[in-house]
Amino acid sequence: MSKNIIICGVGGQGTVLAAKVLSQAAISNGERVLSAETIGMAQRGGSVVSHVRIGEDVYSPLVPQGQADVLIAFEAAEAVRNIAFLKQGGSVIVNKKVVQPVTASLIGKTFDENEMISYLEKVAGKVIAVDTDQACKDLGSSKVVNMVLLGAASKTGLISKDELKAALKLLVKPEFYELNVRAIDY
Amino acid sequence: MAKQMIMGNQAIALGALKAGVNLVAGYPGTPSSEIIEFISKYKSKTGTYVEWSVNEKAAAEVAAGASYAGSRTLITMKQVGLNVASDPVMCLSYVGVKGGMVIVSADDPGPISSQTEQDTRNFAQYSKLPCFDPSTPLEAYEMIQEAFELSEKYNTPVLLRPTTRVDHAYESMEFPELVPCRKPGEFEKDSKRWVIFPRSSYNNHKRIFERNEKVLPAEFSKSKWNYVGGSLPPLLSKDPLKNELRQRVVLGSSTKMRTDELCSSDPFSTTSNIAFAAGGISYCYLMEALSILGIKDIPVLKIGNPYPFPKPLAEEFLKFHEQIVVFEELDPVIEENLIKIAGYARVNCQIRGKLDGTVPEAGELSVEIIKEIIQKEALKHRERLCEAEERQSSGLSLASLRAAEPRRVQDASPAPDLPVRPPVLCAGCPHRGSFYAVKQAMKGKKTVYCGDIGCYTLGNAMPLDMTDTCLCMGADITMAQGFYHNEPDRHCFSFIGDSTFFASGITGVVNAVYNQAKQTICILDNSTTAMTGHQPHPGTGMTMMGEIVEKISIEKILEGIGVSPIIQVNPFDQKAAVEAVQKASEAPGVSAIIFKAPCIAIAQKVGWEKPHALTVNADKCIGCRKCINELGCPALSVSTKTNAKGKQLVEIDKSLCTGCSLCSQVCPVKAIE
Repeated sequence: MSKNIIICGVGGQGTVLAAKVLSQAAISNGERVLSAETIGMAQRGGSVVSHVRIGEDVYSPLVPQGQADVLIAFEAAEAVRNIAFLKQGGSVIVNKKVVQPVTASLIGKTFDENEMISYLEKVAGKVIAVDTDQACKDLGSSKVVNMVLLGAASKTGLISKDELKAALKLLVKPEFYELNVRAIDY
Repeated sequence: MAKQMIMGNQAIALGALKAGVNLVAGYPGTPSSEIIEFISKYKSKTGTYVEWSVNEKAAAEVAAGASYAGSRTLITMKQVGLNVASDPVMCLSYVGVKGGMVIVSADDPGPISSQTEQDTRNFAQYSKLPCFDPSTPLEAYEMIQEAFELSEKYNTPVLLRPTTRVDHAYESMEFPELVPCRKPGEFEKDSKRWVIFPRSSYNNHKRIFERNEKVLPAEFSKSKWNYVGGSLPPLLSKDPLKNELRQRVVLGSSTKMRTDELCSSDPFSTTSNIAFAAGGISYCYLMEALSILGIKDIPVLKIGNPYPFPKPLAEEFLKFHEQIVVFEELDPVIEENLIKIAGYARVNCQIRGKLDGTVPEAGELSVEIIKEIIQKEALKHRERLCEAEERQSSGLSLASLRAAEPRRVQDASPAPDLPVRPPVLCAGCPHRGSFYAVKQAMKGKKTVYCGDIGCYTLGNAMPLDMTDTCLCMGADITMAQGFYHNEPDRHCFSFIGDSTFFASGITGVVNAVYNQAKQTICILDNSTTAMTGHQPHPGTGMTMMGEIVEKISIEKILEGIGVSPIIQVNPFDQKAAVEAVQKASEAPGVSAIIFKAPCIAIAQKVGWEKPHALTVNADKCIGCRKCINELGCPALSVSTKTNAKGKQLVEIDKSLCTGCSLCSQVCPVKAIE
């Protein structure tokens, strides 16, 4: 049985590392993994999506629409944008925060997080909304949004916290390990 | 060794190192840039020489020298870079090489971050160079090693053409044991071989024609990169090559597709004589689509060597089918080759794809697009063949084929409005200050702003709106000359980054001074090649080998060419920057302003101390939004808070703000502190 995960957000939020930790955790379990991510000019401020595919039965690095078991969104509007990837009964882990883009500020428009979350709750089977601002405040760092969200994703049975931590050990500098572990456990 | 996630570009790098590559040169370009970065990472272990050349032409020429001496060389670039390198590459095709030379030219269907959707496979046909087209990172790793072998066997450069979804995909694979690179070769003088002459080119052309039309098509037909998956009637022929091909065709069904059982519910049925062909990432999408649809016995021709085309294999394949649908991105290369072969061999097979509109002619393909096409074809097939029988069929019925999307989440209500997120200049990007200064200084004047390729192309976005033209690398300086000679009263500005200046800007400056143009060249010097991922260049004072070297001064180059005045200014000091622009624009000839401040993403690495993030003083802010409307910094947004007069205030996202102070200089009431 293959597992498909979509990680989406706004360039600069740390989606790439989250995809790497998830992939590494699956490899450590002896799984075959394919993945793809957005890099290049869109890396800052643009919409970004990482695909992680686990299992023998996948061919391309991109998750087809309607096939994602879990959608991990670092930003509420990006969750809505990518909802077509989610399969029926799939789970959404979403950061409540909406990042306001320049195009909106220029016309004086703001996007509302509650509107995004309530839409997600209407269309997706299971939605876990995470207040990462609060989490970052409690943890004392603004750079652990990705691990807080992965920790929340482990609640769907996607992957265990211990597996994530083991993967993290291989991928981050020792001085940041403890902080990231606390974020996974948050 | 344990498995790990390996990026397509890393796999290409590892494959080249595994092949013992001695010298690697290239110019950064998305999606190819990481290849050189990865090779550089392992260079101390392998002893490989690696450099960022000033452009792709220079890279090809550096590599040619080492390849003539018998060393293995790799050149990396993106598809538009191949145009820059085409002069030496076309000649190298005739002269040939001694040590293996592989040219990686990464294509960008979409295009996602490119000026064109040009197809390197066509460049392979045009330049007569053999080409490999990988579908996955693992395949790219193996192909590049074989490409080096092939290059030495036939003394020719060989093209490897990955596309974005292969370059930037990751696959779990074993990290190979790396060994020292091969012993560098020694150059032996042989002017008959190494000096290109009309007579030798005539002879070489004949030799290359024989190789590409006869030898390689047969060799590639037996190669593991070109094969058929699916089932075919096990007929035997008197021709041993054909028997071998047929055997591979049948074997393909179990080894390549893992589909040795026939599926009774296949909508095309076993009597079907439709088949598919694909190459590159499109092959993966096709297999995924077939797997989702539960179709298991449609033969698929996979082409890993689009040039020279594996003709004998393709001809055998064509003979078994009435209709073949081709899935490929960019140009219809496989499709046209199949049509050509069908005509030449007089095989009655209809080839379909981009040319007849079955497959979209532009942009990326996807599992969804291919699935939809297959469903449509299957429906037509079923309706035509067995409408009556269909009603009792237990497997994929007409109805299930028509119901395109079985598992997608149901859209219960209309989705909320979503923000548009085009890429923007980062918060704290010095280019914002440079553009703004020029805009302020030139208010009300008749101007043209010629842009170039780099992060600063984003200066075209609102509210800055400071890029009137953008054509290709280095074209800003020369295009401004065209505007000036056409309308001498227009203030002609060009904007070029430091890396682009070295790549292809300098020639344009010489042309401007020599031909008496009047223009102001704005060098946006952020001390790196920012857009492709911060590669060093001649102005940065370091090489890809990690050596600290003398920085090559842009100012002195301009001075040497005869540009005057040359003013260096910090773009975050708006008063000085605006004055500099006014002064430069009044000069009679070619003037230059060097806007110098580091890219915000590397600023701290080069010793810049980050000032505190700014905040909006709610008591002072009048909600005029001048900061937002004139600068468009992503750290600024409209707040839900209002002031006493009910005007919405502005707020600053502290996690994004770098304290560059541009907004506080723009604020009319000094509310940003």
